[in-house]
Amino acid sequence: MKKRFNKSALIMTFYIVFLLLPIYWLINMSLKTNNEILGTFSLWPQNLTFANYMVIFTDPSWYWGYINSIIYVVMNTVISLAVALPAAYAFSRYNFMGDKHLFFWLLTNRMAPPAVFALPFFQLYSSVGLFDTHIAVALAHTLFNVPLAVWILEGFMRGVPKEIDETAYIDGYGFFKFFFKIFTPLISSGIGVAAFFCFMFSWVELLLSRTLTAVDAKSIAATMTRTVSASGLDWGVLSAAGVLTIIPGALVIYFVRHHIAKGFALGRV
Amino acid sequence: MKTVNQKAWFLVLPVLLLVGFSAVIPLMTVVNYSVQDTFGNNVFYWVGLEWFEEILHSERMHNALGRQVIFTTVIMLIEIPLGIFISLHMPKKGVWASVCLVLIALPLLIPWNVVGTIWQIFGRIDIGLLGHSLNALGIDYNYVQNATAAWITIIIMDVWHWTSLVVLLCYAGLQAIPDAYYQAAKIDQASRWNVFRYIELPKMMGVLLIASLLRFMDSFMIYTEPFVLTGGGPGNVTTFLSIDLVKMAIGQFDLGPAAAFSLIYFLTILLISWVFYTIMTNIDKREGM
Repeated sequence: MKKRFNKSALIMTFYIVFLLLPIYWLINMSLKTNNEILGTFSLWPQNLTFANYMVIFTDPSWYWGYINSIIYVVMNTVISLAVALPAAYAFSRYNFMGDKHLFFWLLTNRMAPPAVFALPFFQLYSSVGLFDTHIAVALAHTLFNVPLAVWILEGFMRGVPKEIDETAYIDGYGFFKFFFKIFTPLISSGIGVAAFFCFMFSWVELLLSRTLTAVDAKSIAATMTRTVSASGLDWGVLSAAGVLTIIPGALVIYFVRHHIAKGFALGRV
Repeated sequence: MKTVNQKAWFLVLPVLLLVGFSAVIPLMTVVNYSVQDTFGNNVFYWVGLEWFEEILHSERMHNALGRQVIFTTVIMLIEIPLGIFISLHMPKKGVWASVCLVLIALPLLIPWNVVGTIWQIFGRIDIGLLGHSLNALGIDYNYVQNATAAWITIIIMDVWHWTSLVVLLCYAGLQAIPDAYYQAAKIDQASRWNVFRYIELPKMMGVLLIASLLRFMDSFMIYTEPFVLTGGGPGNVTTFLSIDLVKMAIGQFDLGPAAAFSLIYFLTILLISWVFYTIMTNIDKREGM
């Protein structure tokens, strides 16, 4: 028994080192000056510098990238959950005409390659005057987040016995009072997991957010790719920007760590 | 049992309107472009299925599709077994379980372009740990110029990025196995392999299908990571379907062919995903969920 544990620990260590090594290298780069990056090869910074981070915190075109990204990610999460909650309830509780087809059709949107939608989205949002706004990106990301949220929430809702609904209706609760006072708290961890996934997929997406924004709502991902092509390669600042994009994700994971495994099985375990 | 209630449609209505706006309208635009041609000035005329024929016979599409299929097959063959293997060695409970979960999930939350940037920096021969060490060892490795090196880098990058998803799914599946199963196996003196083969694997089937479905869909649509890392190069050797499509639609603005390309692309993914989904719901039913 003891020996097996050690073997497991060794394998996990190897895997985690494999995962963390590239991230460490990024952090290493972000703490060096460009001269040091290109001049000498070293495993850790020789002259520790935070200049790269200062560039980002003092230049509005950099730090607004982060603010813009967070604005549309939060908008997207709220919209996705607001429409997915009632729909997931309907799918988990009732049979109605075309329900199975509708459910699969929703899922097909999760399967749609963003590359297919990039140009039509650009034209659609330009024609309604929403191009380069946060709401445009938030709405575009609902394309893949709403189906996912419905899928996850439906899985969690199926785990709540139907008798609870019936008892509440007999006790004279209306639908809305029941839904918000009794049902929502019961599936709060499901809502948390769904929110986490909406946040995640909206936060990591580049193609649509880059296509739909220009200046005012430019996302951090777009800022990073554009800066690379415009001003040559400033490896230090690029690395610092990369490190800063990892932090929100790491925080979110930390908060949902107990639900994460269940959430990854989309509530079906 | 579920009750039949047509009023449930009202609960689905918001989703229908929203997804209708953000999916059906754009998709109709694509269909519209796919059957028309233009001389500019927004004058369009009907060309029927010409674009579809052109795309289905174009070598460029065949090559991109071939590369895509190879890529998806290779990464799934690596990620699914590796994911299962790692999940079997995850600590079951305690502080270490939490620590491992958080660290393992980390790559999933990194924006995809940053994933590309990380590997771009990591693999470069002048400043990257990987590229520099390999060259110091006398291995000729340069992902910017060498096609094989570019492929290997992209595959390792994808394994680095997404194996964690498989691990977490399998881990969730393993956690759901009651202890009684293991005790029964112990009484029967089942070997480690038999425990895996007859207890753990069947119980993981459901999550493994979800993992395969997600990995298939996402790897088939991969765009950002190779775009940042290699830009589809050197030459065209890492130009996958999405990269090719974006080049065609936004780079060259060939709307007709791009639209036909899009529809064929989407339908391919849809067809394969439908097969996965059908198997999945059948398993759900058999388990009486």
